[in-house]
Amino acid sequence: MTVVAQTDGRDLAQQWRSFVGERWRSHIDVRDFVQANYTPYEGGDGFLTGPTERTRAVWAKLTALFPEERRKGILDVDAATPSTITSHAPGYIDRDLELIVGLQTDAPLRRAIMPGGGLRMVENGLRAYGYEPDPFVQRVFSTYRKTHNDGVFDAYTPQMRAARKAGIITGLPDAYGRGRIIGDYRRVALYGVDRLIADKRDAVAGLAEQPSTEPVIRDREEIAEQIRALNELKEMAAGYGCDVSRPARNAHEAVQWLYLAYLAAVKEQNGAAMSLGRTSTFLDVYLQRDLAEGRIDEVRAQELIDDFVIKLRIVRFLRTPEYDQLFSGDPTWVTESIGGIGTDGRPLVTRTSFRFLHTLYNLGPAPEPNLTIMWSPQLPRGFKEFCARVSIDTSSIQYESDDLMRPRTGDDTAIACCVSAMAVGKQMQFFGARVNLAKALLYAINGGRDEVSGEQIAPATTPLTGEYLEYEELAAAFDRTLDWLTETYVNALNVIHFMHDKYAYERLEMALHDHPVHRTMACGIAGLSVAADSLSAVRYGRVKVIRDDTGLAVDYVTEGDYPAYGNNDDRADTLAVDLVRSFMEKIRRHPTYRDAEHTQSVLTITSNVVYGKHTGNTPDGRRAGQPFAPGANPMNGRDLHGMAASALSVAKIPYDQARDGISLTSTITPDGLGRRADERASNLVGLLDAYVASGGFHMNVNVLDRDTLEDAMEHPENYPNLTVRVSGYAVNFVRLTREQQRDVISRTFHGAA
Amino acid sequence: MNAQPTAAARSERARAAAGGRGGEGSTGSVHSWDLATGVDGPGTRFTLFTSGCPLRCLYCHNPDTWRMRDGRSMTVDQVVAEIAKYRDFLRAAGGGVTISGGEPLLQPDFTGEILRRCTEMGLHTALDTSGYLGARADDELLSHTNLVLLDIKSFDAGTYRSLTGGKLAPTLSFATRLSRLGIRTWVRYVLVPGWTDDPAAIDGLAQFIAGLDEVERVSVLPFHKLGAPKYEALGIPFPLANTPPPNAETTARVRAQFRAHGLRAD
Repeated sequence: MTVVAQTDGRDLAQQWRSFVGERWRSHIDVRDFVQANYTPYEGGDGFLTGPTERTRAVWAKLTALFPEERRKGILDVDAATPSTITSHAPGYIDRDLELIVGLQTDAPLRRAIMPGGGLRMVENGLRAYGYEPDPFVQRVFSTYRKTHNDGVFDAYTPQMRAARKAGIITGLPDAYGRGRIIGDYRRVALYGVDRLIADKRDAVAGLAEQPSTEPVIRDREEIAEQIRALNELKEMAAGYGCDVSRPARNAHEAVQWLYLAYLAAVKEQNGAAMSLGRTSTFLDVYLQRDLAEGRIDEVRAQELIDDFVIKLRIVRFLRTPEYDQLFSGDPTWVTESIGGIGTDGRPLVTRTSFRFLHTLYNLGPAPEPNLTIMWSPQLPRGFKEFCARVSIDTSSIQYESDDLMRPRTGDDTAIACCVSAMAVGKQMQFFGARVNLAKALLYAINGGRDEVSGEQIAPATTPLTGEYLEYEELAAAFDRTLDWLTETYVNALNVIHFMHDKYAYERLEMALHDHPVHRTMACGIAGLSVAADSLSAVRYGRVKVIRDDTGLAVDYVTEGDYPAYGNNDDRADTLAVDLVRSFMEKIRRHPTYRDAEHTQSVLTITSNVVYGKHTGNTPDGRRAGQPFAPGANPMNGRDLHGMAASALSVAKIPYDQARDGISLTSTITPDGLGRRADERASNLVGLLDAYVASGGFHMNVNVLDRDTLEDAMEHPENYPNLTVRVSGYAVNFVRLTREQQRDVISRTFHGAA
Repeated sequence: MNAQPTAAARSERARAAAGGRGGEGSTGSVHSWDLATGVDGPGTRFTLFTSGCPLRCLYCHNPDTWRMRDGRSMTVDQVVAEIAKYRDFLRAAGGGVTISGGEPLLQPDFTGEILRRCTEMGLHTALDTSGYLGARADDELLSHTNLVLLDIKSFDAGTYRSLTGGKLAPTLSFATRLSRLGIRTWVRYVLVPGWTDDPAAIDGLAQFIAGLDEVERVSVLPFHKLGAPKYEALGIPFPLANTPPPNAETTARVRAQFRAHGLRAD
């Protein structure tokens, strides 16, 4: 620990020495600061340095703990202390060696409880790993303090409960933190907390002029809470000897301040995704200044980033095994968005963009932080080839189209979770999980009855009774089902986010946003390829219905070939596109809480396995229980013409009808990219360029072979770091359930014959 | 069915001689098409597999492309329309179109017309051939071909005949002609234990290739049995069912032999 607390350094001339630009000085505007001060880097990776002995030693202390954590599920938990920004005494991995300090609790990998989201989630999480809930905590959060979860269930309608129970709407953040909110953690480094508090006080003063309507009262209370959280951040930081009330004076402090701000967020919220933002090029300004001043060398610059990334790799939350089954592999989605092109045409690639990616070599591959490349064909060649090599070597990074995001959310956009774009510090979302479109199609056939339980879930309509399904009749019934589903869905989300704001407000994260903030209501769909292929089978083939003795359609005989989504064949692809358009249009009909802008994603993470498990036979020939394809992927094995054809089908889904993101996961064997290493990298660059140029939004790239995965299933101990990208993020393969592992393996391997 | 591959090959040659050359250039027999990266030329490529092949290589992994009559009849317009869907993608990806087979030169008019139309679309073109029917590729066809993937199956005439049922000489003269015409060539060499691993034959081939101006690469492709299920499906015995893939040392040795002649081998 080398950051020394000083109170005499409040001199902006010193802290902001050699920085240029104007607007960012008078306004909280990190983007303006970055644009005025960053140095684009167009070279290659030759300058990078390996891990130092110090870095190796710190990382080794943690890796020694991972096997026990993996075996037990969690290493340890503090069951008695509900987590707040200041709840725990400072913790260290190795106080003498760490450059960047701060842990969520008083010891590494020791998890905290956050009952504000829901007490039951905490109790179940503790019991699942052999811990007893603390009686005092239970009493507080059942007697004196209401949780988000309690609030939601007070206001859910019977219809919402039924839809949730049947699994047609799943994964709703009604019992845990919603996440997907990115605080602009850079602000703490650039401005210091005192300046941010002053800015919030100005906002409160502005609100004092307005009549005390419900929205204004809510804003005043929220900003008061934000200020309180900022003060707690100062207190927590002071415990580590850091005076974050003032701006950072050098790169070391900039990384440290930024991390402490993020740490405060993950101490306060167990959000489904706790993303970091777009920090590398911001930090590069500080690193570059220190390098120019001769204060640090490249080895130290890389060490600071390595140490920061070590911290990001050990963010942990207490969750239940069911939650992990839905989301897989205990993810935290510490997403960091790297690269992209500025609106002035200069690449936002800096040496620190390389340094972040280089941690995958210095520390080995890892799923977190979720390194996300904002890809554009205009990126410098050296950076593109480095990204491709990192992908091929580690399968640990994902790509999103900077060209689609830049015109819409600007060049300071970051990804929350996997594919949700937002302007950092100016925009937040109400995370809405997703609905099961394949099940909705079956409800349309069965007049609103669930094909698994037989229960009436949607309002009763006339079931389709013909021996064969008729396309027009099915399409009309499906449309009516989606009317009901979207209405129930948006209304349920309104309830959830009302209660989340009320009982589990993200004080610190929102303190690092502008006021007022732009909000989106991020709906989502799962099972797109199953639904589209089912419609295609009915339209272009023949589908005979098999019913049980209660008249419930339980199986289908699919006769004749039909064009499947994923072959760049418009007949099928149009069905998928129309479904996305129509669902979005229906979503938009329903008013949202706090007038949030309606959006949707085509993203399932690995919950495609769970959705599939709870969905009966479908008319496309998929068997009951079989996993859906992840995200917007075509169904496994139905994309017959290779990865590019498959990707082009996905690229047809219009981003403006799915502004919360469209996820594509591609798995390719090394041979499937070329014969030589240099060829593989340039061919992958070509694929990414072409996909983005074709309007594709997101691509996960897994470069592996089947043998490696099969061996890892049998011998997980040999593959502690085997990372695969699944839907929008990376997971440790050995931490997936066997079922999920089998699913990953059965996904189309686009290999060379 | 085709218990004797060479007999089948003879009948295919007869069929080709009767119909291939003089037939309608606007229509051809197509097995399938695919988009793949890094295997059939530079970048990501639209690879068209034509149906029909005059050779019956013992290790063939695409026995389902042997007979023209098993293919699907497609017009040049239909094929080009499919390729056109990928034009921008292929260009952005630094790839192009590869015509493979089967043996595309069994249908030279069809193949030539597709190559011409692809060139017009600004796409890089490659022709994947054994060279056995190289004489059928006229200069016009080759003028629309940016790259030839030339599969030289053996440098020993006797081995070539036993392995493929055909003669070696036409392939070698095609290779020489390509260099004379200045057409970029990548040589492919399938390494089959007991058949094509003889060091002397490989040295001979390496020396021959080193004497050509336009060969920029030699790819040594280790024999594999991924095509075995196709034989099973077709009810044909797989002649090399008991032949193992070459071990890593052998593959490395063969690559080194090519490199020793100044060739870029992988």
